[in-house]
Amino acid sequence: MKKKAEIVIVGGGPAGLAAAAAAEEAGVKSEDILIIERDGELGGILNQCIHNGFGLHTFKEELTGPEYAERYAEKVRQAGIPYLLQTMAVDIRAEGRDGNDAGKIKYVTAMNKNDGLFTVEAQAVILAMGCRERPRGALNIPGYRPAGIYSAGTAQRYVNIEGRMPGKEAVILGSGDIGLIMARRMTLEGAKVKLVAELMPYSGGLKRNIVQCLDDYGIPLKLSHTVVGIHGKERVEGVTIAEVDGNRKPIAGTEEYISCDTLLLSCGLLPENELSAGLGVALNPVTSGPVVNESLETNVEGVFACGNVLHVHDLVDYVSEEAGNAGRNAAEYVLGTGKREAASAAIGIRPGPGVRYTVPSLLRLGHMQEEQVIRFRVSDVYRDAALAVYFDDIPVMKVNKKVMAPGEMEQIKLKKRKLEEYPELEQIRIAVERAVPPKA
Amino acid sequence: MYDVIIVGAGVSGCAVARELSRYHMKTAVLERASDVCEGTSKANSGIVHAGYDAEPGTVKALLNIRGSRRMEELSEELDFPYKKNGSLVLCFEESDRGKLQELLERGKKNGVEQLRILEREELARMEPNISEHAAAALYAPTGGIVCPFGLTIALAENAFVNGVEFYLDTEVRKAEKTGAGYRLETSRGIFESRTVVNAAGVYADVFHNMVSSRKIHITPRKGEYCLFDKAAGDWVRHTVFQLPTKYGKGVLVTPTVHGNLLMGPTAEDIEDKEGVYTTGEGLAGLLERGALSVRDVPAGKVITSFAGLRAHEDGGDFIIGEPEDAAGFIDVAGIESPGLTCAPAIGEYVADLVRKRIPAQEKADFIAGRKGIPSMALADEERRQELIRKNPAYANVVCRCELVTEGEILDAIHRPLGATTLDGVKRRVRAGMGRCQSGFCAPKTAEILARELAADLGEISKAGGKSLLLTGCGKFPHANSGKTVREAGHIDGHIRQERGEA
Repeated sequence: MKKKAEIVIVGGGPAGLAAAAAAEEAGVKSEDILIIERDGELGGILNQCIHNGFGLHTFKEELTGPEYAERYAEKVRQAGIPYLLQTMAVDIRAEGRDGNDAGKIKYVTAMNKNDGLFTVEAQAVILAMGCRERPRGALNIPGYRPAGIYSAGTAQRYVNIEGRMPGKEAVILGSGDIGLIMARRMTLEGAKVKLVAELMPYSGGLKRNIVQCLDDYGIPLKLSHTVVGIHGKERVEGVTIAEVDGNRKPIAGTEEYISCDTLLLSCGLLPENELSAGLGVALNPVTSGPVVNESLETNVEGVFACGNVLHVHDLVDYVSEEAGNAGRNAAEYVLGTGKREAASAAIGIRPGPGVRYTVPSLLRLGHMQEEQVIRFRVSDVYRDAALAVYFDDIPVMKVNKKVMAPGEMEQIKLKKRKLEEYPELEQIRIAVERAVPPKA
Repeated sequence: MYDVIIVGAGVSGCAVARELSRYHMKTAVLERASDVCEGTSKANSGIVHAGYDAEPGTVKALLNIRGSRRMEELSEELDFPYKKNGSLVLCFEESDRGKLQELLERGKKNGVEQLRILEREELARMEPNISEHAAAALYAPTGGIVCPFGLTIALAENAFVNGVEFYLDTEVRKAEKTGAGYRLETSRGIFESRTVVNAAGVYADVFHNMVSSRKIHITPRKGEYCLFDKAAGDWVRHTVFQLPTKYGKGVLVTPTVHGNLLMGPTAEDIEDKEGVYTTGEGLAGLLERGALSVRDVPAGKVITSFAGLRAHEDGGDFIIGEPEDAAGFIDVAGIESPGLTCAPAIGEYVADLVRKRIPAQEKADFIAGRKGIPSMALADEERRQELIRKNPAYANVVCRCELVTEGEILDAIHRPLGATTLDGVKRRVRAGMGRCQSGFCAPKTAEILARELAADLGEISKAGGKSLLLTGCGKFPHANSGKTVREAGHIDGHIRQERGEA
């Protein structure tokens, strides 16, 4: 077992693969990179996403999840980048061998059946562990605890990987994309999907998924509804749904019993940052992902993050793009080729009204490329509104948007040229505002 | 003809079984569920009560102090998780100080050691997250926490290896007196025994009333709980009670022995002996009442909630012993809190009662000790390496939230009285017990269960019976689903029975 690498990438899903390929292209020798993947194949969760629609932005064609993953897995194999499968990273530490090196050397401890428990020493670590689904318990849905309650992703695994059906009649709580995809998938496999209930007055999923997965199959989407009871002592026999008020509290008298043998949950994804937290990486309470700067570097030097472990994405294309940046930046870090201007103070990027968070949330001009993409989500559905950007209190940009929704990630691009005009700049703020009236 | 049949494989039944397994008796345990520890024993606070609550002179008081004193030693003997973390009873009103003092006096009468009253300042030093409403507290350093599954399963396994037969998926439907003892009609045929130990939890009144005219009545008293992520596990270090109300001990906030935070229980008397459902009001009320004890309850860190039923007998005390009109039928009824604490003492107490009816020699070859399943999560590096050298499956992580490996799951399945269900694996090694609540590991654990039990994936259940995970194959079966899904029932109690005879 090799005990040393320049860059260790934790996670061999779309983020980890794109990061690895980019780091190699940026000049890191392939044998100095190591990908650690817990599953039996590269590709992560894409392997169970057998529907198409992946890669429209990147490849201008509609690929299935496994096809999209394979493009990057193939790049990694072609480049000869080593990877370990069925290997779980269990601990990451940053230590120095002496004072100067303090915190600069990372130790990634992992285990698998072939190599046992081992530790790899690395200069840089790229966190690409992805996310997990919010379980029933975190939603505190009352009722019994029978079999037949699955997160949508678990059901997807049963159907698409195992070829098994988790149920015959399903209610889906939450209109996240996986829930919508599974509504269609279960229907195609012969199950009856009775309805999708969504707590919020809007869907958390992509518009195209609502059309293609619910509308096309006549599956009702009940907005401002939730599950208030689960019935059945051994296996689910039904659920009670109810309408909720503006404070998301169930309205008495609106309860309705729906018989079903399965409840699927698609109520949000949570970045898996237990390893990051153990390493001392600062997390953003809104995203549950690391706080990163323009280089996607965390507060722990040489530790980068990308993909759904950083913030939950809608489109894998953006994951790959972001991960590519993380890979290149990690390469610059270990090769020492980055323009590391020591005196470059960080400008804070803050979410203003209507914006929940931004990635990155710190920007160092000295490390910045010519253009920097800032990604974020809005906190409500906005029609005919605008995105406004402020440099300290000076309005510098305003873009009209026809529709914005929390389910679709937004972005703006900042030009380095523009930023250089404001040498005293301390804070960039992005907010949702009224649209600019059309010019007469 | 058995010498003793124990009805119910909860913590009381298993404790009795384990004590009886010291003697040359033909003993069997009948359990309607597919595993031990499936009723009240699996859904409670996991507390080892110091012993100041019970009225002096009651059976409860006697067995509580004995159980509490016995637990630590037993945890070493049978290798289950236990920790003496100490407990606090909070007093919120100056006017309630008298009650605190009363509790202290009662505890002393019951024989609880080291009890003392803490003032606000010392309390806040010991528990920085304690609420500002807490004026004083009763401190019981001998209070502790225990894994209720660990304790019950350890007792059952030890009884099993010492020759007690376990019949799972075996529901007793009728009990009647015969000339020689008792005849039990079950879902798996007739069992006859010279004596019966009635440890049927919330159903103990049903069996008692079948053989005795002195009727008893048990009310299922429901308690709802919220369990928090380990990230919130050090919110308090002691078990924090509130001064008791007429509905019980109030809501407690405690670390669990595995490092989660637990809040509960509510107390609601219900009719349904299977009514283990949680309610919106119950859970919301729980968090509210918990907030009386600790500040900034980390409500966002709840990972699951559950409900358990306490077997409350109308008289309020445990009923342990023979009804006057049913010799050889020994009730272990009304075992509500502090039943878990009392279990080791109940086992000894009931074994003595049985021996009065069935004089038997002690076994020379009784195996007193038991080794639990090793935990990779808790092991240090050296121990981890050693386990992996023994079996590389200990390096294959299945449940990432709790760091549970294939090796541990194999142990859970192949032990004496091993797991046959997802819940069985969960309660033995904690796979699926973590923050994702089995989202990732359930399919993998199910696969391992199917492989090891030579069953089809379609036969694997959450907790036996009709709780199957899957309902068949899709419309377009692919390579992985080539096997037909067999009817449920292949994996059940008789497997265990066969192993029991081996």
